[in-house]
Amino acid sequence: MAVTGGAMFLFVVGHMAGNLKVLFGPEAFNEHPRWLRGIGEGLLGYGGFVWIARVGLLLCLVLHMTAAIQLARRAAAARPARYQRRGPVRGSYAARTMRWGGVIIALFLVYHLMDLTAGWLNPVGDLEHPYRNVTADFRHWYVTLAYTVAIVTLGFHIRHGLWSALQSLGASNARRQRVLKGIALGVAVLICAGFLAVPFSVLTGLVK
Amino acid sequence: MRYVEGSPIADAKAPDGPIETRWDRRRFGAKLVNPANKRKLTVIVVGTGLAGGSAAATLAELGYNVLSFCYQDSPRRAHSIAAQGGINAAKNYRNDGDSIHRLFYDTVKGGDFRARESNVYRLAQISVEIIDQCVAQGVPFAREYGGLLDTRSFGGAQVSRTFYARGQTGQQLLLGAYQALARQISAGRVRMHPRTEMLDLVVADGRARGIVARDLVTGEVTTHLADAVVLATGGYGNVFYLSTNAKGCNATAVWRAHRRGALFANPCYTQIHPTCIPVSGDHQSKLTLMSESLRNDGRVWVPARKGDTRPANEIPESERDYYLERIYPSFGNLVPRDIASRAAKNVCDSGHGVGPGGLGVYLDFADAIRRLGKPAVEARYGNLFEMYQRITGEDPYEVPMRIYPAVHYTMGGLWVDYDLQSTIPGLFVIGEANFSDHGANRLGASALMQGLADGYFVLPNTIGDYLAAGPFDPVPADHPAVVEAENGVRERVSALLAVNGDRTVDSFHRELGQLMWDHCGMERTEEGLRKALERIPELRREFWERVRVPGDGEGLNQALEKAGRVADFFELAELMCLDALHRTESCGGHFRAESQTPDGEALRDDERFSYVAAWEHGGPDGPPVLHREALDFEYVTPTQRSYK
Amino acid sequence: MRLTLRVWRQAGPDEDGRLVDYAVDDVSPDMSFLEMLDVLNERLIMEGEEPIAFDHDCREGICGMCGMMINGVAHGPERATTTCQLHMRHFADGDVVVIEPWRARAFPVIKDLVVDRGAFDRIIEAGGYITAPTGSAPDAHAIPVPKPDADKAFEAAACIGCGACVAACPNGSGMLFTAAKATHLGLLPQGQPERYSRAVEMVAAHDALDFGGCTNTGECAVACPKGIPLESIARLNRDVLRATVTGAHEPR
Repeated sequence: MAVTGGAMFLFVVGHMAGNLKVLFGPEAFNEHPRWLRGIGEGLLGYGGFVWIARVGLLLCLVLHMTAAIQLARRAAAARPARYQRRGPVRGSYAARTMRWGGVIIALFLVYHLMDLTAGWLNPVGDLEHPYRNVTADFRHWYVTLAYTVAIVTLGFHIRHGLWSALQSLGASNARRQRVLKGIALGVAVLICAGFLAVPFSVLTGLVK
Repeated sequence: MRYVEGSPIADAKAPDGPIETRWDRRRFGAKLVNPANKRKLTVIVVGTGLAGGSAAATLAELGYNVLSFCYQDSPRRAHSIAAQGGINAAKNYRNDGDSIHRLFYDTVKGGDFRARESNVYRLAQISVEIIDQCVAQGVPFAREYGGLLDTRSFGGAQVSRTFYARGQTGQQLLLGAYQALARQISAGRVRMHPRTEMLDLVVADGRARGIVARDLVTGEVTTHLADAVVLATGGYGNVFYLSTNAKGCNATAVWRAHRRGALFANPCYTQIHPTCIPVSGDHQSKLTLMSESLRNDGRVWVPARKGDTRPANEIPESERDYYLERIYPSFGNLVPRDIASRAAKNVCDSGHGVGPGGLGVYLDFADAIRRLGKPAVEARYGNLFEMYQRITGEDPYEVPMRIYPAVHYTMGGLWVDYDLQSTIPGLFVIGEANFSDHGANRLGASALMQGLADGYFVLPNTIGDYLAAGPFDPVPADHPAVVEAENGVRERVSALLAVNGDRTVDSFHRELGQLMWDHCGMERTEEGLRKALERIPELRREFWERVRVPGDGEGLNQALEKAGRVADFFELAELMCLDALHRTESCGGHFRAESQTPDGEALRDDERFSYVAAWEHGGPDGPPVLHREALDFEYVTPTQRSYK
Repeated sequence: MRLTLRVWRQAGPDEDGRLVDYAVDDVSPDMSFLEMLDVLNERLIMEGEEPIAFDHDCREGICGMCGMMINGVAHGPERATTTCQLHMRHFADGDVVVIEPWRARAFPVIKDLVVDRGAFDRIIEAGGYITAPTGSAPDAHAIPVPKPDADKAFEAAACIGCGACVAACPNGSGMLFTAAKATHLGLLPQGQPERYSRAVEMVAAHDALDFGGCTNTGECAVACPKGIPLESIARLNRDVLRATVTGAHEPR
């Protein structure tokens, strides 16, 4: 979980950075995918890197979900009889929402790929002009809402996931624990803010 | 007085000669068991506290097959776990004049000259090895910044010889023994039977060969056979109903062994601990001890005026009686346990007590907080203050604590010789369950020392002398002794269930406890003891006519477990009163009002009572038989204790 | 005070259980939670009913025998407090209190509120010890232990094995218990020779005993009456990881 989550976390950070190019106008934003596809062109051919990354990420995703399902099944097996009266969450809410959060993120991912990668669900659907696709999307309030929900969920997921990964890999200790939790929270907030900057820039007319 | 004189008894195992070499010579004189034979020998160990846990683990390490039993759900929960203060050892790491001889001397004197010199000397010798062993096991004792072990002085000792792990020394030592036991369980050398209670001893052809036990989960009654039986079942403080013992602590194993012929020594020696949280109401189910260390900085007082009901903070300094400082100017609040307890009782009896029922005295930290500052007091006693506040709802930083004495430990127990063998061949008794080392009063931090000395070092060395004659002929399942014991247990269970009367077990237990506390507690009188000896048999008869035990014997039935234990407490209580009545001197924890100095201190009578009273069970109807073991003091001359 | 108790009653391991309501009057605020149950049990016996079975022993918060879910919270509402040390002054007149046993596959119910926690013993037997047969020890001062290490080891060693961590964990995991022992012994110089094999074998036993997996939700550390810190789990993970990566784990 920690390793695959970590890989996907790095992708999310890169993705967010790329998204922010939207603030620099259509040229900068439309240039970004071309630059990505051009990485290692001599060796891999145009777009080769992107395909390798996609395969890698898909593999991570499958492993991550498999592990999550295994843990969930183990948890269910470990408590066959449930409590009649469930207590309040005393640990962390982020930790409690990992599983349903993961499901929401996965569903969003499917939509997101059909919308902006394949363009099937996009109001414009012009793969050569991602900038137009994005701005067209976020003019619809429901798209923005779905996007926001997904990103906030992702934020929670990262908030617990990042810290939990460090804990699972044994990097945490008493002195560092508070700091690491703070860092995880900070990173999660930054990532949320970075991703949400795009739709809200569109909504507020900052990006046209 | 209903008892008969028996023949004197002597410990045939302790070598004489120089006391320093007796243990060495005993180990050399004892027969050894051939390693190949150890695999063919089985030992039953009942109880998994410090003594039983360490003995079972060590016997298994030596190569014996061990069957271990405890009534709790895990061997880790035995009541040794609740010991707070520490464990004594004559390491002299402080270079403050301690030595094996001094620990020996302090223990004999602290026991008011009613313990055997040979045993106590061996205990002091072994104390040193115990600390080494426990450290090697990973017991996290308190350490100083240099990485070496910290010690503190405890219970009135003038040297700093008590090793500790915060206020949880017993827990950490027990977990050490438990882990050693766990290693042997996983190695297959110990078969563990948790939630199993010994209900009788099997004595076949003159030897202890097994036990009859009830599986507390299934209710099944089974006989377990072996070549020797070791009882490590703790003390009998729960006779008093309210005590600092765990709720499950009981005397059934030792009492059943006593009924099978093992002598019971000094049953009247009970220790009442002065600093416990007072009773808060009729619902009270047990008492909680507050570490003795509180007396290092707290001042004990009561209102000088009788029946003064003002809150403590409103009573001016001039109207307070700091009675320990007044009566014992040189030791003040640090007098030994028995003296502090009796003084508290006296001021409460004379109407100066505080809190519900007037059964409490103040332990005040206001001066200490003024002198040292709150943070310093918090650093020393923070966890104890928290515990007090959790239980009473009062904040000891603001209002003085209320404390009262409570039954804590029993020095009496089954009689054993130097090898820790009882009068039944093959039955060994270790830890609090035996009588051996503390005389009439135990010093603070010495119970852990004795339990571990017996279990790790003494018994594993001495039991070989007995087992060298084995393996003994197998006892068949239809041996008359087995059949008789097993049937006896089943009949008793059925009898308890069959009464179906109109009183609960607890109501009887509370009544017995109150009776014992009133007449066989901190102060005993002939009149009171006679009254108790009259009332206990009546109460016992009533118990068997009126007790109601619900359910059946087929599964987990906690009321049934309690009933069996209380039934045995009745019989033991009677023997305790009888022993207290016959011993017309005061010594240690046994204070006879008739035997005191003009200023109210305990007055021993060495001429007549310098002996161990070892009682033989008189059979179903006969009176108990008293065997005396004379105590000789070659190395420590008995003197009158004085703490003025 | 008058309370309504809603208590899980289950006659035996294979029987069906259910919650049963009992009205309890005259509850004194000075009573402990278990003393309140004692009073109820006395009444049940006199009314010809089976008393409620619950585990308890020392009643001073150290033996680890007691423990029940009180309104869905392990050991009840007070932090750092075992059930036996919980007092009724923390409840209000008229409260409904739901009492259930620990629930985990590794802790099967024996009767009412009594569960079998033998799985914890199995975890310790798998390696939660230092191999030091009696008599083999060097002098206690032969190996100094830095005070911070000794203090930290003590903090982990304070675990009472009550099972609240498992009961509170949404995953039914026993990692806090396992980690507490591994941390206690792994921090001391005496525990170094077996440090990695201990970690690996205890975790293997834990996993084989039907406990759930740890997802670091932190519920265990909040429920723990002795305040065993969550970082012990990180420490255990670190040792297991190192043992797996470097092959430092030599099976015994």
